[in-house]
Amino acid sequence: MKKSVFIGTLAAASVTAGLAAAGTLDDVKAAGELKCGVSTGVVGFAAADANGVWDGFDVAVCRSVAAAVLGDGNKVKFVPTTGKTRFTALASGEVDMLARNTTWTYSRDIDLKFDFVGVNYYDGQGFMAPKALGVASAKDLDGATVCIQTGTTTELNLADFFRSNNISYEPVPIETNSEAQAQYLAGACDVFTTDASGLAATRATFEKPDDHVVLPEIISKEPLGPLVRHGDNQWGDVVRWTLNALISAEELGITSANVDKLAAAAGNNPEVNRMLGTEGDLGAMLGLDKSWAHRAIAVNGNYGELFEKNIGEATPVGLARGLNAQWTDGGLIYSPPFR
Amino acid sequence: MSNVSYVRTVMLQEQAPPASQAGIVKWLRENMFSNIPNSILSIAALWAIYYVLNDVLPWAFQSSWNAKSLGECRSVIAAAYGEGASGACWAVINDRFLQLVFGFYPSELYWRPIVAFVLMFAAIAPVLFDGLPRKMLRFTMIYPFFAFWLLWGGSLWVPLMIIAGFVLGYLAFGVVSKMASSLVGMIAAVLVPILWWLFLAGDVATMLQSIIPLSIEAVSSSNFGGFMLSITIGVIGIALSLPIGIVLALGRQSDLMIVKVICVGFIEFIRGVPLITLLFVASTLLNYFMPPGTNFDLILRVIIMVTLFASAYMAEVIRGGLAALPKGQYEGADSLGLDFWQSTRLIIMPQALKISIPNIVSSFIGLFKDTTLVSIIGLLDPIGLSTNIRANQEWNGVIWELYGFIALVFWVFCFSMSRYSMYLERKLQTGH
Repeated sequence: MKKSVFIGTLAAASVTAGLAAAGTLDDVKAAGELKCGVSTGVVGFAAADANGVWDGFDVAVCRSVAAAVLGDGNKVKFVPTTGKTRFTALASGEVDMLARNTTWTYSRDIDLKFDFVGVNYYDGQGFMAPKALGVASAKDLDGATVCIQTGTTTELNLADFFRSNNISYEPVPIETNSEAQAQYLAGACDVFTTDASGLAATRATFEKPDDHVVLPEIISKEPLGPLVRHGDNQWGDVVRWTLNALISAEELGITSANVDKLAAAAGNNPEVNRMLGTEGDLGAMLGLDKSWAHRAIAVNGNYGELFEKNIGEATPVGLARGLNAQWTDGGLIYSPPFR
Repeated sequence: MSNVSYVRTVMLQEQAPPASQAGIVKWLRENMFSNIPNSILSIAALWAIYYVLNDVLPWAFQSSWNAKSLGECRSVIAAAYGEGASGACWAVINDRFLQLVFGFYPSELYWRPIVAFVLMFAAIAPVLFDGLPRKMLRFTMIYPFFAFWLLWGGSLWVPLMIIAGFVLGYLAFGVVSKMASSLVGMIAAVLVPILWWLFLAGDVATMLQSIIPLSIEAVSSSNFGGFMLSITIGVIGIALSLPIGIVLALGRQSDLMIVKVICVGFIEFIRGVPLITLLFVASTLLNYFMPPGTNFDLILRVIIMVTLFASAYMAEVIRGGLAALPKGQYEGADSLGLDFWQSTRLIIMPQALKISIPNIVSSFIGLFKDTTLVSIIGLLDPIGLSTNIRANQEWNGVIWELYGFIALVFWVFCFSMSRYSMYLERKLQTGH
């Protein structure tokens, strides 16, 4: 801080220019702190509580990476980013990784020069309408007024959907999700459309949630996942395999409750042994120590536990696993093997 | 028979004026129902006020102050006022009050921003009220550095070394202007502190810190938030924009070509760009010019941009004041044999600033309200925090209560500023 006050742009440029080439993993280890870009607040995915402690489904990924690399899930500096600042924050190095409800798309991956390391939530755009409107399907929405956030992929998806079904709609542009809630409840629009997880979270806050239905159609693919800068493959691997460790842990039955016991001595499942470092040394290949995955799982639990705790059916958001079930349960969540 | 008199010997009891000519009835007749169009407007206005209050007052007062979530709020209100009653869930303010005020500032250090805030009044009092002893101005000059140290913490030597820069500049001016001309002295007075701050101050502060450690716990900018952030940005912007604006306004009127071109270019460039664009430059573009890993504080960048923006507007406001002064004032100053700085300080500026007071204060109010734009670049000012609070499952769906509270606090600040400006105008009134 104090140097930056004095030296500002000029001297800092000359002093730190030499450090720029070092890998992110080394930078994070040297700083002793992971700078993780999160959203300014999305229910269930990222929020700070009254004491300023961040929690949520995306936040948990940051904490797991910090635990794997630095040995402590609290050594994270959360940098709140908005939809407009998130990519520059990552590209400029203000954050080391982004875990922020970001849809994996072609242009973001290729043109913006990022690497999406995986998918932690498969979302899709849906519709919510009052029951009184009496629609059972989004295809019945001919002529409806639709509340839609401007400047997002949802806006484009909506136009595509209505055009391909040859029906008309009237958009009511709104800026934020809370504005959308207020407008929808005030009757300014017949239908509210956004990602299905957002619809569920919004509906949960209504005074009479049962008066509103989420229509069955999902009109887009929104794979959300953490991302890192393109070109630093070692760091990308660390984040990718931390996420994979959380996913594999659920598949293999490793939970926050039994991980310490399983990691204490080699058991009879070789993959669990390899992952938790009781057999072989996978960590060294990644530039970490043997028990990195153990720490990543211990900090918040495995993928399934994170889901249930933050956005699962027991929470107000109340999302079913659906597409986000393990592949063994008919979902899409699938981790390559630890071998 | 002279006892029948046609002249009253006893005074009549004084009577109350007719009901239509006194009290509330008179006031109503004169002010609200003086003729038919006014009566219609009055009734329409009363109906509108009733219509709004009829909805707002029950909502605001059939409320819940103690609850842990929106759902609990609703059940408390339903229990107290009957099923179907809808009321405000003020419990969210109760629950998150400290966060809305201090952001993520460590709670055991709350005393530091509080002390800084209270001392701020001591620092601005001699500026605002001229009845106070002039010696208090010395504290006003030290205050910014002290407040910076209180808010961000760290070594006391850092602000001391910044002050040392100003002292060096002053000394350089004295020495160089004796040896060469006063213009060279001015240039030295600007260059020496800048060189000092850039290349020496940091190392000297580190060295002194290692010899005599004088530091308090440092707080990172990322912990700043809530009204504390708004007030920090607003107050620094306000305090710096006035002097910079005065310099720019004078520069714009200068006969020196280069000075004039620089000032006009700066003012017109900054005024031609929306504040939000400058904030995006601060938050995103500047990062591209700096190497990865550079820690050039985001809040500092924002403060610089806000100050530049406010200064350009302030310069135009003050130029308006300068233009409004009759030419005779300038000529009178010249005829007294005052040089440029003397006439500016003693004759021109006091009058120009007085004329500009309403506009200066409205610029300040605008600047203070504009600080909420920082929520768009991800800083957690009150508006940004309200998004974050709503992202908690227990408070998701609380909208009007948060915005209402934030609006109220902003209104209190802006209204006080506007009242002060009216007081100042009355006090400085010299017309007849």
